[in-house]
Amino acid sequence: MSVSETNATRPAAKPLTNVKKSLYFHVGLIGVLFLLQFILPAYHHGNLARIMVLASYAMGYNILFGYTGLLSLGHAMFFAAGMYGMGLPMAHLGWTPEPALVAGFVAGIVVSASIGFLALRTSGVSFMIVTLMFAQAGFLTILYFGEWTRGDEGFVIQQAERVMAGFDLSQPANRYNAALILFSLCLIFTLKLVHSRFGRVMIAIRENEERTQMLGYDVHFHKWMAVIMSGTMAALAGAAYALLFGYAGATFASVQYSIFPLLWVLLGGAGTALGPFIGTLFMFYLIDLSSSFTTAYMLIAGLALVLLTLFLPQGLVGELRRRVMPWLT
Amino acid sequence: MELAPYLILGSIEGLVTAAVLALMAVGLSLVFGVMRVVNVAHGEFFMLGAVLAWFVADMIGGHPAISFIAALFIAPMLVGSLAIVADTTILKRINYDPERTIVATIGLLYIIQQVTLMTYGSNARPVEPPFNQRISIPWFEWTESGLSMYWPWGLGTTTYKLAVIGFAIILLLAIWLLMTRTRIGLIMRATQLDRDVAQAYGINVDRVYAMVFGLGAGLAALAAVLIVPIQQAHYLMGHDPLLLSFIVVIIGGLGSLAGTVVAAVLIGLSDGLISVFFTPTLAKIIATLIVTFVLIFRPSGLLGKHRP
Repeated sequence: MSVSETNATRPAAKPLTNVKKSLYFHVGLIGVLFLLQFILPAYHHGNLARIMVLASYAMGYNILFGYTGLLSLGHAMFFAAGMYGMGLPMAHLGWTPEPALVAGFVAGIVVSASIGFLALRTSGVSFMIVTLMFAQAGFLTILYFGEWTRGDEGFVIQQAERVMAGFDLSQPANRYNAALILFSLCLIFTLKLVHSRFGRVMIAIRENEERTQMLGYDVHFHKWMAVIMSGTMAALAGAAYALLFGYAGATFASVQYSIFPLLWVLLGGAGTALGPFIGTLFMFYLIDLSSSFTTAYMLIAGLALVLLTLFLPQGLVGELRRRVMPWLT
Repeated sequence: MELAPYLILGSIEGLVTAAVLALMAVGLSLVFGVMRVVNVAHGEFFMLGAVLAWFVADMIGGHPAISFIAALFIAPMLVGSLAIVADTTILKRINYDPERTIVATIGLLYIIQQVTLMTYGSNARPVEPPFNQRISIPWFEWTESGLSMYWPWGLGTTTYKLAVIGFAIILLLAIWLLMTRTRIGLIMRATQLDRDVAQAYGINVDRVYAMVFGLGAGLAALAAVLIVPIQQAHYLMGHDPLLLSFIVVIIGGLGSLAGTVVAAVLIGLSDGLISVFFTPTLAKIIATLIVTFVLIFRPSGLLGKHRP
């Protein structure tokens, strides 16, 4: 290969290879996760299915927090919107999982669009408090209508009702693969979004909102769409959680479940596609290990939050990107 | 029986809530006003005050009044010192960045709460009030024989509850004097107005921040010591007061002390009165939504000035 040829191809080829590199890397990860189900012992097999669903929730959170720079403290509201949007029609109207899943999805869009519309009138610290308050009102509403939602106690979705397209989703293998499909869809959606024009405007808003506005982009619209995409992905994860694990309860709407995705994303690395998964995986096993010898397992979460803000503001994957893999998105 | 006696009872209970809430919210408002950070761990400082009050009362023993007065001094001091340590080791190192401070104080919240769970346990424990006489409130009624006075059953309060209201008023006046009439208050207000200019004039801003954070936490602890003879000390008791004081600080206008006190009385009273008519959950939903909409449509609060 001649020198002139490499020089000619370099300017056009370089950004493309980075995008491709990143894409291959993540597709490879999905492949590894697919293969893992054949070798993992039953306990970790079940855990990983759960982690993939929760990581999808975290990826939804990451769209808003990591890529658009808006810190919400109320995402449990969206998670619960999907969970109850799907669970309530199944429990009270006898719907099958397919339309119920669509109902959960629609509930996510409706809730995130309306909350986003209102909350985006504020910014910064006020935005955090407004989302926190809305989520608290949502949580209390679930408790208030305890007759249908059964409040804190929650309700179980029976095994017989959890058959979708012929697959019994309470079976470990089906459950694992359903979780993997959801996880892959969310991951690929995130990658596609980040590399699209729309995603680049989101990142521009995160970096400098005034400048983005000055360049002529509709900042408010992009933020609103980011809330909707983020909230709907969270709702989808919530619906999937209820469907795969057969339970819906008010705990999933509490403040704690708004804090968790923030923690996972921060730990893994905000603004990286893989960060939410790594953060969820790490935190899940940290809490799993610590809860075997103390009931105060949230202490670990608290320590992790403080140490992260002090020493690792980029998160694990963020640090990896900075040191080893600059092409990671 | 008529409705009016219930309303009087509701207002007295509401005023007790307002008194405690005002102290706690003024602490939160002070921290927000001077340091421009939101302290999510404020509720845990409140809880810690109550738990430490129990520890002190348990260790000293003797007459309830002696151990209570000891707790009134020791608990806020300890909590304030802990807050100062947290400020210098964590908040100062992240440069009081608003978003990272929220994340760090959420972490602090869980650390304090879970360490309390591990050491103090999950039981709710009472502290004896220093004095506690029952006072019945008379009620007047027109009968055939003219105006007559009687004592409706259940309409009464205790001297301790009235003392809490009085003590809170004295403390709030003291804080107002501290902020407006002393050199320390002047320094705090100067830092609030412009941190950089204050520093240029030789004010040790780091020390002011540590002091304000300690003072805020100490006020929360003090409020908790006052309420613990009425409620009980429990490791999850910080959650509801935190949300309520957020509500109070927002409605009053972020960083405005006078607004905070007015809002505390408003919220405390309406909390006492609303719960006469509605279930507590519905009352909380209504209060939360009102606050959210105040924040959305009047971001500077009811009595707040322009946003800084």
